[in-house]
Amino acid sequence: MDIFKIIDKFQQIDGDAVGRLEYASRRHFMNKVGSKLASAAIPTAFAAIVNKAFAQSAAAIDVLNYALTLEYLEDEFYKGGLAASNLIPASDKAIFMQIGKHESQHVAFLVKALGAKAIAKPMFDFTYKGAFADVFSNYKTFVTVSSALEDTGVRAYKGQAGVLITDPQILEYALQVHSVEARHAAVARRLAATLLAMPAMKGWITGKEGAVPAIYAGEDNMTQGGVNIKGLASKSDAAVTEAFDEPLTKEAVLAIAGPFIKM
Amino acid sequence: MHTNTNYGSNAKEDEMASLVSRRLFLRSTGLTTALGAVVIASACTTEDHQLPGMGDAVELGSGDIGVLNYAYALEQLEAAFYTKVVDSFYAGATDEEKALLTDIRDHEIVHREFFKAALGDKAIKGLTPNFDGIDFSNKAAVLGAAKLFEDTGVAAYNGAGKLIKDPNYLLLAGKIVSVEARHAAVIRDLINPKSADFAGDDIIDMNGFDKAVAPADILAAVKGFVKDTINGASVGK
Repeated sequence: MDIFKIIDKFQQIDGDAVGRLEYASRRHFMNKVGSKLASAAIPTAFAAIVNKAFAQSAAAIDVLNYALTLEYLEDEFYKGGLAASNLIPASDKAIFMQIGKHESQHVAFLVKALGAKAIAKPMFDFTYKGAFADVFSNYKTFVTVSSALEDTGVRAYKGQAGVLITDPQILEYALQVHSVEARHAAVARRLAATLLAMPAMKGWITGKEGAVPAIYAGEDNMTQGGVNIKGLASKSDAAVTEAFDEPLTKEAVLAIAGPFIKM
Repeated sequence: MHTNTNYGSNAKEDEMASLVSRRLFLRSTGLTTALGAVVIASACTTEDHQLPGMGDAVELGSGDIGVLNYAYALEQLEAAFYTKVVDSFYAGATDEEKALLTDIRDHEIVHREFFKAALGDKAIKGLTPNFDGIDFSNKAAVLGAAKLFEDTGVAAYNGAGKLIKDPNYLLLAGKIVSVEARHAAVIRDLINPKSADFAGDDIIDMNGFDKAVAPADILAAVKGFVKDTINGASVGK
């Protein structure tokens, strides 16, 4: 296939993942095909490469649609919170605007990458069938749910790493999102700790400590790499469990997220 | 990354290349200025250390062992940094800051000792850090360095993930990287409270992605903080 046909093909696939293209590969590509032509073709070319990678594995598509479900949920949640009047105090607006922005970006990326294979956005019930009835009118409840969603997101992405081991580029994207969710989680947890007067709740997860206990099952695990590391380096159980975040299976995550989704 | 061709091609080329890639790394991760100077300076003075064979090249090894040793090397640096921070807090450190930095120190020590134990006789030696450029009595310098180490740690684990072949090791890296990301967010929030900086636009891109940086670029970026020469060319290969 000659280069023009390839570029033609690339053009048919939507995408503007310019930022994803690393400097080194751009240089490499330019050297190969000449700078003028290459620079025009790069954005679409790269998106096509992404798409091609996605298309290669049905398992990866499943993971990405699973991720998209959670990102839709988070994105809608922050949109709702930011739109509600008198919910988020001015002092904390910057935090939630930044988190909300990232969730929208994650949705946009996944929708674009999955193309026709992307699932539709579900309808959500953020009251969790009544358990969080005042989620968009009581800031404490909002922050509680935020911390729970972010920590669940971290656990969910982590649980899929192994599935993506044969799709290295998608694995890398998933890891890049995973650590952003963890940044969100740390800040949301610290806000929740203050608002809910839970001093034992830190940015990192001590034992199973969290605002919604049900989602932290297994976080107190101290067996790492097949070895019980309790007492490692004479550190407390608190420090040992904080040092490792634990994954959740897709089934466990969907059981947690289920009540948010209207069927 | 062959950036050196843009910058000169004399006998100093190799040295230049590593300088340039360090600069590029710092620029790309938004960690420039004061710390950039620290990183680029290749100081070698009096640190109070330690192991014999100081200054020898350290070979991280290949395949998954190489990745684990790479993580072990980074955790050694982080643990040593926070140990020094906690041994003598900067002036005016609040109780909250002391508690957070002590927690982080403990996590990094747990990570370091975990990798050491997991690697057994394949573990690299204890590295000799070089923190001469960091003013440990100054809050901004300490938190700025902490931010650099945490963001670098996140980018390093994110970039190493795809090099790992054993899913158990991949999961372990995943369990640790999110803790590093929590550290990064908390440190950034200490520096600029209640702002967007915990996951700022300087480090998170337009797709809402954190950095993922290859071992060669990370090792170049941290070179100024280690007295040993670390060879990671075979990591993950």
